[in-house]
Amino acid sequence: MPDPLLEVRAIDAYYGDFQALFGVSLRVNAGEVVAVIGANGAGKSTLLKSIAGLIRPKAGDIVFDGEPIGVAPAFAVVKRGIALVPEGRRLFPSLTVEENLLIGGQSRRPGPWTLDRVYDLFPVLAERRHLPAPALSGGQQQMAAIARALMSNPRLLLCDEISLGLAPIVVRDIYARLPAIVAEGLSLIVVEQDIAQALKAARQVYCLQEGRIALQGAARELTRESILAAYFGV
Amino acid sequence: MAMQWLNVILQGVLIGGLYAMFAAGLSLIFGVMRLVNIAHGDLIVLAAYVALLVTQGLGVDPLTSLLLVTPIMAAIGYALQRGLLNYTLGDDLLPPLLVTFGLSIIIQNGLLELFTADSRKLQAGAIEIQTFQVAQGIWIGVLPLIQFAVAVAVIAGLQALFYKTALGRAFRATSDDQAVAQLMGLDTRHVFAMAMALSLAIIAIAGVFLAVRTNFDPAIGPARLIFGFEAVIIGGLGNMWGTLVGGVILGVSQAIGAQIDPGWQLLAGHIVFLAILAVRPQGLFPKVSG
Repeated sequence: MPDPLLEVRAIDAYYGDFQALFGVSLRVNAGEVVAVIGANGAGKSTLLKSIAGLIRPKAGDIVFDGEPIGVAPAFAVVKRGIALVPEGRRLFPSLTVEENLLIGGQSRRPGPWTLDRVYDLFPVLAERRHLPAPALSGGQQQMAAIARALMSNPRLLLCDEISLGLAPIVVRDIYARLPAIVAEGLSLIVVEQDIAQALKAARQVYCLQEGRIALQGAARELTRESILAAYFGV
Repeated sequence: MAMQWLNVILQGVLIGGLYAMFAAGLSLIFGVMRLVNIAHGDLIVLAAYVALLVTQGLGVDPLTSLLLVTPIMAAIGYALQRGLLNYTLGDDLLPPLLVTFGLSIIIQNGLLELFTADSRKLQAGAIEIQTFQVAQGIWIGVLPLIQFAVAVAVIAGLQALFYKTALGRAFRATSDDQAVAQLMGLDTRHVFAMAMALSLAIIAIAGVFLAVRTNFDPAIGPARLIFGFEAVIIGGLGNMWGTLVGGVILGVSQAIGAQIDPGWQLLAGHIVFLAILAVRPQGLFPKVSG
């Protein structure tokens, strides 16, 4: 097995006294799409935030490209090549669409993604580049949030609930563009409540339940029953 | 008679530029990091003393001293933010208030120890008394005019920095959402320190003009803080041009008050401030929320 791009080794994460993750481990190989599924409150977002450096795990290691990043602050993690598309999009409301993208690119990592390239991927953003970010529809905001993350030229893109609150047709549209992103050599972790969408996009699947990995395996090998059991804890 | 009043208003407008400079740094800091800097006025006075040392030490005039005073104050601002104020920021507004209040007392007493309570003034030479006539009975001082022009340039420069540069974009993004700003690779501790450096650079300019215009001593800071607050609130938070208008309204109110009765200068300013606060608590030109 090749060295993974990202290896999360048995991390514990807390919000104050509340423990959200219990010994969670996960591997992402270069060019691979990994899905993390689980019910509300299972710890999916916490896992992504820990990887992105927004939460510092109290135990365990996070190794990216052979180097430990578990204690690095978020702004330093981006410079290593990990970008997070946060839950709820969270574009900067007082910035225009293009300014949001430029902020994403301000870490100046070299790579294929430029304003022109992300506008090719999401042409609607080019049309609306000078509008304030809140003027976009939900789906367009999600595209802008993905584009903004791509602007940092990450090697690993973390997508938190990109289907949340969007119409199914918009979700399919956005998921249809993920292969173009992976084709540039990126690895992806997609956190989803929409299991069907996640299973279609990913090679590896991890299912979190109450802060623990309840199931993991290749997407094509997992049975519907085993996933539902892990998801709902029945 | 009409000319006399016109003159009063004109002087009020020109002094309003100075108040706008007091206010601009305050507004910038609150906008970027929600920090109310109670020591703002005392930092203005500190800048005046730094300028006093520079003018006396190097024998340069006060306006030239800005070439040195501005970077010195900016460096103090950066260090102050990185070394102290960043640690006070969080969900609670109280810690930065208390710490900057303490800082205000420390600066006042430090200056008192070093420079005594004697009143000082920066000497700008002949330019201080130069005036020119714009119309029959209307005279404008060269220095107040320069001061106003500099204030307009400072506001315009801030506006351009905020909306046309990468640093300004970083300020606005950090103000919107600190956590996501970090996800974009922005070290918010550095962004905040840059904002404080910029605020103190403006303070340096304001402090020098204040010290040329009037006598200063270590205790006059808090009143400058109040003028700055009033200008910010009259103009509307987050709007730099509004801050200039706020400063002008405050300056004109004070000038009119002083014309009616010399003892009414400050009172008139406070009354107009309170009246505007009562009628339009959001200020005259609040930032249009996105």
